[in-house]
Amino acid sequence: MGEWSALDRFLHTDPRDVGCEQAMAILHVYVELIAHGHDAADRYEGVATHLAACGPCSEDFHGLLAAVRADN
Amino acid sequence: MSVKTLDGESHEWLRALGCARDRERNAALARLHEMLLRIARAEVRRRSPSVDISGPELDDLAHQAAADAMAITSKLVTFRGESRFTTWAYRFVILEVSMKLGRHFWREHGISFDPGDWDRLPDRFGINPAHEAEGRDLAAAVREAVDGELTERQREVFVAIIVNGAPLDAVVVELGTNRNAIYKMMFDARRKLRAALVANGYLGANDARHVDG
Repeated sequence: MGEWSALDRFLHTDPRDVGCEQAMAILHVYVELIAHGHDAADRYEGVATHLAACGPCSEDFHGLLAAVRADN
Repeated sequence: MSVKTLDGESHEWLRALGCARDRERNAALARLHEMLLRIARAEVRRRSPSVDISGPELDDLAHQAAADAMAITSKLVTFRGESRFTTWAYRFVILEVSMKLGRHFWREHGISFDPGDWDRLPDRFGINPAHEAEGRDLAAAVREAVDGELTERQREVFVAIIVNGAPLDAVVVELGTNRNAIYKMMFDARRKLRAALVANGYLGANDARHVDG
């Protein structure tokens, strides 16, 4: 009975989601918090919610985190 | 945040990039470009398994992204020191890589807003091909909700991205808009579709349980 769960997850929307514009505007700060071991999702809940739902922004997040970690 | 509170490396970047002496400023610009190109190349390599570009074309894309990201030199006043300067700069070039990959897809494949092949929908949502009947039910239920609940533009974008599999950033190029606008459109469409599927008994109201339809 779990066949529709992926569709349900995709269709689920969270009002805390800040959208691409706000998430990308703060992405450098968010990534540095994570790179330094802080709980970025707790501080920027709406950004974390957005990154969990938006494939393109999540891709940018992973790219920036990889770049910062490569420097450390 | 004032420049005085910046870390030493960030402060040095800002000082050199704003230097009145051409020689020193040009050297800083060259270092910045070299850094942005290094990040762009790493990013296109990281993404290469999921895009249909490789070799010299991928390197060209990295060069273009780095060149366009140099526009940050006109935005230095917007750097508020909330992160290291390098992290702030990396963000621009990573976003440039995304935009260029979206444009590449759009140029090579175009965007189809045709209703397309709804039979592909079950596969997109991971339904086991062996469960053919359930897949057909899902496709039919979603299509009915899409036709009945969404605006014409929401339908087009849903079909392009979800049914026909176009990257969101390529749809952005096609429609001459921005990622946030398309995401918001899809956000509203997802909310309406879920409400319709819940009302029709296909999905549970509060969680990801499937309700037999």
